[in-house]
Amino acid sequence: MTKAAAREHFRTPLLTTPFHERTSALVETNDWAPWSGYTVANVYRDLELEYSAIRNSATLFDLTPMIKYRIEGPDAERYLNRLTVRNVAKLRPGRVQYTLWCDDDGKVLDDGTLFRLGPNELRLCSQERHLPWLHAAAFGYDVSIEDVSEDIVGLALQGPTSFAVLKEAGLDDAGGLRSFAMQNLAFGAAGDVMISRTGFTGDLGYELWTTPDKSLALWDQLWQAGQHHGIMAIGSAALNMARIEAGFVMTNSDFVAAEQAVRANRRRSPHEIGLGWLVDLEKGHFNGRRALVAEQEIGTARWCLVGLDIDGNKPAEQSLVYHGKRKEIGHVTAAMWSPTCKRNIALACLKRPYGETAVDDLWVDIYVARELEWHRLMERAQVVERPFFNPPRRRATPPALF
Amino acid sequence: MASSNAIIIGGGHNGLVCAAYLARAGLSVTVLEADHELGGAAKTIEIAPGTKVSGCAHILNQLHPKVVTDLQLEEFGLEYAAADMDTVALDSDGKHLVIKGGDAELSGDGIATGDREVWPEFRARLMRFADTLKPMLGQTPPRLKSPEGRDSLALAKLGWSVRKLGRDDMREFLRVILINVADLLEDEFEDDRLKGAVALDAVLGTHQGPRSPGSLFSLLYRYAGEALGQQGALALPKGGMGAVTQALAQAAEAEGASIVTGAMVEKILVEDDRVKGVRLATGDELGADCIVSAANPRTTLLGMLGPEHLDTGLVRRLRNIRMQGNAAKLHLALDGVPEFKNLDRLHLDGRLVIAPGIDYVERAFNPSKYGHYSPEPVIELTIPSIADPSLAPAGKHVVSAVVQYAPFELKAGWDEASKAFQEKVIDLIAQYAPHIREQITAAQLLTPADLETKFRLPGGHWHHGELAIDQMLMLRPVPGVAQYATPMPGLYLCSAGSHPGGGVMGAAGMNAAARVIELEGRP
Repeated sequence: MTKAAAREHFRTPLLTTPFHERTSALVETNDWAPWSGYTVANVYRDLELEYSAIRNSATLFDLTPMIKYRIEGPDAERYLNRLTVRNVAKLRPGRVQYTLWCDDDGKVLDDGTLFRLGPNELRLCSQERHLPWLHAAAFGYDVSIEDVSEDIVGLALQGPTSFAVLKEAGLDDAGGLRSFAMQNLAFGAAGDVMISRTGFTGDLGYELWTTPDKSLALWDQLWQAGQHHGIMAIGSAALNMARIEAGFVMTNSDFVAAEQAVRANRRRSPHEIGLGWLVDLEKGHFNGRRALVAEQEIGTARWCLVGLDIDGNKPAEQSLVYHGKRKEIGHVTAAMWSPTCKRNIALACLKRPYGETAVDDLWVDIYVARELEWHRLMERAQVVERPFFNPPRRRATPPALF
Repeated sequence: MASSNAIIIGGGHNGLVCAAYLARAGLSVTVLEADHELGGAAKTIEIAPGTKVSGCAHILNQLHPKVVTDLQLEEFGLEYAAADMDTVALDSDGKHLVIKGGDAELSGDGIATGDREVWPEFRARLMRFADTLKPMLGQTPPRLKSPEGRDSLALAKLGWSVRKLGRDDMREFLRVILINVADLLEDEFEDDRLKGAVALDAVLGTHQGPRSPGSLFSLLYRYAGEALGQQGALALPKGGMGAVTQALAQAAEAEGASIVTGAMVEKILVEDDRVKGVRLATGDELGADCIVSAANPRTTLLGMLGPEHLDTGLVRRLRNIRMQGNAAKLHLALDGVPEFKNLDRLHLDGRLVIAPGIDYVERAFNPSKYGHYSPEPVIELTIPSIADPSLAPAGKHVVSAVVQYAPFELKAGWDEASKAFQEKVIDLIAQYAPHIREQITAAQLLTPADLETKFRLPGGHWHHGELAIDQMLMLRPVPGVAQYATPMPGLYLCSAGSHPGGGVMGAAGMNAAARVIELEGRP
């Protein structure tokens, strides 16, 4: 269960992933950033080109630093049903569930993806670490939980030509995968690779998982196959642009993980971050259920997370949101000029009823520096549907060959 | 499926108190006791033919006065064999010190004049401090998280009762409230016998030494109790602690509660996220609108209910309750009145303590931290048959002694070590009563392991959880279930594991009943 801590670990505060040999050869900007104890490329060469590749060709993103837990045992399903808010009984082997889990007060600890590898074996991937919580929740369940973050590497292959790349690489069978499905396929020198039709871009795309020793073979085969399909390595910055367009929230960016919140009122319930639709109150008891029922009955949800379409073209990063230009009602958590939508979009956390029933007369306060001179723009904002960008190719099965 | 308005799990004193109050409020109440006999840890047991003794708790000093009067316990047969007992601090050289009960006077050889003068004033001051805590005993502890108006009011009342002490007393109260009892005693007194005896009272039944932080608070808590209207007094119920149980059972039955013994609850049954009844070990099912458990909180929630009905944070807190007893109980049947060196027989109806000095008590505590029993333990000893001849055949006597320290998780294992410890304890008593060995006709040592199985006290802890400041008031047994109600609708807690805790107090049962009526309504 526990791994011996490497005595010299402090000498390498940031590790490199098993793909580093390939990624570091491609990074021209030297723009690296830390992610869960690893150093990963923020931008390889040019942010706009990388973003553009996500929407127009194919991209490779090293997602090794994702936290991964292996959950196995006769009670694995029952355990995860108690831990998470969705109904895991409905998750069949070979399928993936986007889910989240709450503390006792019904506040979100994290969101993540749950892979059902078999009847009694599942994998939970998340942004933050949760091993003590997962163990605490396991009391009374016949289940074993292991942090396998270092045992599994992952590459995200995303973009309209991603299936073309797989086909070129000989993985035609991946064409049968629907959204949120997965399959093990033999992949040349990389051996058995798990392919899931999942991703964080809101586009057609796949994630490929294998063991560290196979990482370079996996990278090379995809890279080779992608040469005629415009494949490009992308960093976290480009991915972040794509995820905002897709309307995905990110832990500790759009909301604070409940366990890490110092101020109790910073914690958010699923309904307060736009993920109430995940919660299944009918499946029996799960962690935080009674608090969520009370929230619904008494109507104590104080916040909501909405998509905004803002006038002008200046990104509203970290802006405050106003009603009638005077009353502060929330703040922007993520914002960008969307090159694909040609819209100035943002995710914002608003105090209810603003964003729910009161959606008129909303304004965003944007500060813009023009050659060392700050200008304040009060721009009108409309609450709009998320995702901002949702192409049919994202879900089309079989996937198109662009 | 037979059904009642309320099922009480456990026929200990708290369960019976709760049953009586609920039945009085008009609920149909069924008490289910797993044992063939009621009482839990408030029970009189027979250790030799005709020789009876309180099996666990043996001195009555905290039974809540409201319980006594509300339930008319004296009319239902509660009598006292001794009230306002003296405490005799035994000295191995025979220079014993007697601490008088009510008038708080000291007598004995070689008491410094200063000590003699300071003691009554000191005790009176501690009584005033204890008095500020007293109102809290009889009410639901306030919630600190998302409090309601009532919670703020309760906190304000507590603040006001501290303020009411006056400037000097309030300062002193706030200075000492969290310190250890040794520091305070060493500030005030010279006499080791006196300091040892008071230190013993502060640590009795806890996993604390006199130098453990918060040990003074334990003493104040003890002093907040009363017997026969006298605060801080010690009494012996006639017939042993089981007599309290008998009176409570009669009171409960007179109110209309029905009591079933030999009915072990195996599972609390749940439907649509609400309790609907219990399943017994026999497989029988009984229905109920609500369930109040006087069983241990952890056993109730993690065992009978099950973690799958609870949230992870609460489960984690429940699993981390400090609940490991550190006291054993020794019972001796004697064929005559024991002779203590240089001690007048008149004093044998009092409470005899072997705790000659703070350092002695602290040294006795030390080994228990490492999983060993004290080679020289501290002892609180009574000979209840002196004041209550009904407990033993004519001319014979019985000794009931609390022996510390004896950790639940003994490294050597209690099966192995129990006999040796018993001999050590008797040897120690024999240092003060040299001929006692020859008088013993039967001896019984109940280690924490025995207390666990015999009285269903997990960890062998008398109080169903350590009574220390971090597990008291709104932290007892743990936040989230400290107001008697649990997250499972219809399930309540009322054991000593809940506020205000252990000792034969009955307040948890009383407070829980009020809470049940408040939240469930009358039928």
